[in-house]
Amino acid sequence: MEHFTPVASTIGGLFIGLAASLMLLLHGRIAGISGIVGGLLKPRPGDVSWRLLFVGGLVVGGVVFSLFFPDMLTDTLQRSPLAVIGAGLLVGFGVRMGNGCTSGHGVCGLTRFSPRSGAAVVTFMTTGAITAYITQQLLGGAL
Amino acid sequence: MNAIRTKMPTMPKTKPAPNPLVQAASYFGIGLLFAVGLGVSGMTQPSKVVGFLDITGDWDPSLGFVMAGAIAIHLALYKWIVRRESPLMAGRFGIPTRRDINPRLIGGAALFGSGWALGGLCPGPGLVGAGALGMNALLFVGAMLGGMQLFHMADRWWNGTR
Repeated sequence: MEHFTPVASTIGGLFIGLAASLMLLLHGRIAGISGIVGGLLKPRPGDVSWRLLFVGGLVVGGVVFSLFFPDMLTDTLQRSPLAVIGAGLLVGFGVRMGNGCTSGHGVCGLTRFSPRSGAAVVTFMTTGAITAYITQQLLGGAL
Repeated sequence: MNAIRTKMPTMPKTKPAPNPLVQAASYFGIGLLFAVGLGVSGMTQPSKVVGFLDITGDWDPSLGFVMAGAIAIHLALYKWIVRRESPLMAGRFGIPTRRDINPRLIGGAALFGSGWALGGLCPGPGLVGAGALGMNALLFVGAMLGGMQLFHMADRWWNGTR
């Protein structure tokens, strides 16, 4: 447990919850990232710019981290490009099929006690744990 | 729950349209704040995500604290926010109301979870990492957009043209 960071993780979580709350208070929207991004692939007039601005904020956040806080992007996971592409395909297909990801179902959905989000979170945590067991324990962590 | 949804009947008020610049800045700012939360919490470190999901290994429970922190503050503010007649810069709240648990929901969540553990990235951290021009994050986001598009196409095919 040498990497356990309860304080930083809680503080980061507070920021995430605050962002979700502001989205609701100001715009009446759910801060579900996969839904916001997915809507860009099926653009409807008048429904694009806010999505781009939100995604732009995420991306610019990454630029800021890379310049000033590169530690936040530490990646010691051993994955080949093929594995990363497979992961992206599964995530992209899965979040649209299941109508949400960690933000929409995990943070926003659980907060409103949505039974759909509860079922989704239990499911993705379970398959996540099974997959991590397979990749890290059975396959040795590098693939 | 029902008490939250019940709104006092009020006369519809015409709200002045929000300044487009303020509106734009707010969406960008919310995205940036979200990114800061993801970065500070450790969600943008794929190895940390897998360290959380791999409960049989050298388990790192940190990401449970992320979810707890996020839900705690959102829960504290949620009731207060939806008690309002409308959001500050929009006409109405758009909160999902579906309650049905179906194979599509579970199947999608199952695929997402396995992809999340395979790459250590979910959509938000992927986009943040892509902003930092991380090679894996860029590959991941490209494939994720492809996967989303694949689902949209499959959905149209299954349900006929819409």
